[in-house]
Amino acid sequence: MFYREAGQFKTSYKADQALMPILQDRVGLLVILAIAFVVIPVFANDFFLTSIMIPFLVFSLAAIGLNVLTGFCGQLSLGTGAFMGVGAYTAYKLTTIFPDANVIVMVLLSGVFSAAIGAIFGLPSLRIKGLYLAVTTLAAQFFLEWCFIRIGWLYNYNASGAIEIPHREAFGLVVSGAEATPIVRYFIVLCITAGIAFLMANVLRGRIGRSWMMIRDMDIAAELMGIRPLQTKLLAFAVSSYICGVAGAMMVFFWLNAAEPSSYSIALSFQILFMVILGGLGSLGGAFMGAAFIWILPVFLKFIPGTIGIDLAAETVEHVTFMIVGALIIFFLIVEPHGFARLWQIAKQKLRVWPFPY
Amino acid sequence: MKSIKQLALGTAVAVGVAFSGLATTAAQAEDSNYVPLLTYRTGPFAASGIHIANGMHDYLKMLNERDGGIGGVKLELEECETGYNAQKGVECYEATKGKGALVYNPYSTGITLQLIPKASVDKIPVLSMGYGLSAAAVGSVFPWVFNVPDTYWDGASVVIKYIGEQEGGLDNLKGKKIGYIFLDAGYGREPIPLLEQLAEKYGFELLQYPVGVKEMQNQSSQWLNVRRDRPDYMVMWGWGAMNPTAIKEAVKIRFPMDKFIGVWWSAGDDDAAAGGDGAKGYKAMNFSGVGSDFPALDDIKKHVVDAGLSSTDAETIGGTLYNRGVLNSVIIAEGIRTAQELTGKKVITGEDMRMGLEALDLDEARLKELGLSGFAHPMKVTCEDHAGSHPVFIQEWDGSQWRQVSGWIEPMTDVVRPLLEAAAADYAEKNAPWPARTEPCPN
Repeated sequence: MFYREAGQFKTSYKADQALMPILQDRVGLLVILAIAFVVIPVFANDFFLTSIMIPFLVFSLAAIGLNVLTGFCGQLSLGTGAFMGVGAYTAYKLTTIFPDANVIVMVLLSGVFSAAIGAIFGLPSLRIKGLYLAVTTLAAQFFLEWCFIRIGWLYNYNASGAIEIPHREAFGLVVSGAEATPIVRYFIVLCITAGIAFLMANVLRGRIGRSWMMIRDMDIAAELMGIRPLQTKLLAFAVSSYICGVAGAMMVFFWLNAAEPSSYSIALSFQILFMVILGGLGSLGGAFMGAAFIWILPVFLKFIPGTIGIDLAAETVEHVTFMIVGALIIFFLIVEPHGFARLWQIAKQKLRVWPFPY
Repeated sequence: MKSIKQLALGTAVAVGVAFSGLATTAAQAEDSNYVPLLTYRTGPFAASGIHIANGMHDYLKMLNERDGGIGGVKLELEECETGYNAQKGVECYEATKGKGALVYNPYSTGITLQLIPKASVDKIPVLSMGYGLSAAAVGSVFPWVFNVPDTYWDGASVVIKYIGEQEGGLDNLKGKKIGYIFLDAGYGREPIPLLEQLAEKYGFELLQYPVGVKEMQNQSSQWLNVRRDRPDYMVMWGWGAMNPTAIKEAVKIRFPMDKFIGVWWSAGDDDAAAGGDGAKGYKAMNFSGVGSDFPALDDIKKHVVDAGLSSTDAETIGGTLYNRGVLNSVIIAEGIRTAQELTGKKVITGEDMRMGLEALDLDEARLKELGLSGFAHPMKVTCEDHAGSHPVFIQEWDGSQWRQVSGWIEPMTDVVRPLLEAAAADYAEKNAPWPARTEPCPN
């Protein structure tokens, strides 16, 4: 009823091939974009922008990156954190080598390096699959992290061993460094994330995306039908690493301002993997939902005891939050192993047939 | 499906409640000084973090209970759990800075590095007592960052000086081998440039044994190398779970404990106790009092611990890390008091606090007045010098507690200061345009 597609006729090829053929989806997307671009900037305070929205968007983008590889192409990867780190370190090097260049361009460019390294570490995927591949990407994680610690050139030989983002301006605004206002940083992160998500939505339903899904579903059949596994798999690794690299660069340029190698450790890889699994493998919307669950929910939970007047010690709140989030993860995966994206699909189906379920 | 509906409803209510919580956090009290404490009682470094957190909290709480705060104004304390995680640290910072935070004590080099550039923009000082960026000691470049009483480079120079003393003079270090086992992160790597410089100057060989954060509890391979290399002395720059593991491993390979010296962050009671009887003789640097024999600590026991206002056990009072936390709070409290005197205001701001810290003069008489005579070396902060390069003493573990075994040893300021200046200039250049100092000197 709410989701009625009846009566929405497609009368041209263009309409048939539209990204969102259903009116309700288009309206829904417009509402979300209006909230993201207008409502949040107008009403949100700095804490909401810097500690909730910016990390949420960064993680969403990283989850999209991993989803391309794992969800759409079926190649399990545990190297996401390291590929994000490659983006961050290259963007940092680029901006110190070319201080006058636009830092947003540098961030987008850094993904190219990350893509190249991702493709190299994707080479084993031609021979091995599944968990075996996860182990080789794990090697990428450890090797790259080792590089971030040991290769002084990468962090400009800082005594602290960390990269610190300098003050940079673009379009007459301060966009990175401590003086950058949360609202400016939010808009940059939002535009990049939305832009890449839009681009990927189109790539995934086109020839390239379909060939990835063929490899995922049955690689031998795909090969028989003329999909070349070498190019297809490496392209998936490259595209995935590009997106992760951009997310990693945004993480340090527009959110944290400084990063130690440990910021890009295996823990980050797992965090992103959880977002993808919980959100739903092979779904762009799921990447956003997963990121929201893993990042935003714990922050909210922390505020609840104080607000309803229960005085708990900070570490108790932390422990309780851990337990609640853990229990919820288990609960959701039992209720719906295919993640939030699938739950949303079921909800849509229910709305479609609503008041007469069958 | 019913359960999902209920869950959705519950989530909606929870989110609504949390939103209203977010909205109210902006409101700040008019008649108190707000001090956020970024602490970690969870995570891989909790073993060290808990004692520090207790010490910091209890001293300030004691001032509230005994004196009604500072200058007649109560302190509003709030702990925020960081788990030693830089992301969460920044989250804590953003969540608390709007409430009129006076000063931040990140207790993590990683979090400190993130807060340093923000400090001058938000006008809230960062107090990184004996950790963080060494270069921050140069107050003309970093007016908002304080690392009293010592930088890591001060510590590294004291260790070499002490080892030199044991050998009968720094010149006798020629040909000796000194092992350096460190946490392979910004924290542990920072002293290396100075140690290398001293190695060249005095002709000893520096052997490096990095321990990754993931390998903190599995250091066997490094200690195998130590056994092979047979260094004359071992110096440790560890934190959290790394310390007790290193001491246990050293006991296991029968490394002579009196030749094993830790930095002040490797000086916890739990760290040394982990080695059992074999750890007898383990040494560590320290700059805060040993034991609980101080009137101020008695007051903490009476007003806070016995009153059930603390999560501390009475017997942990006097532990090295607990006392370190107390000293951290003493610096905060004295900073507030100095700021109140300078500005004539009762309720101060972050900017006033910076001025107070920069004019901090914790002399012998004042320490006595606080009931902490001998608890720390007198400290004086100036505009140029935010660390003060204060002397450090060596303490030794006797199997059940720490004892001070040396006098106060002055750092090699002549070597350290030029290095600090160079590092500060380098930092400002790399982070150009680094804002020039705009704050006037209070004294």
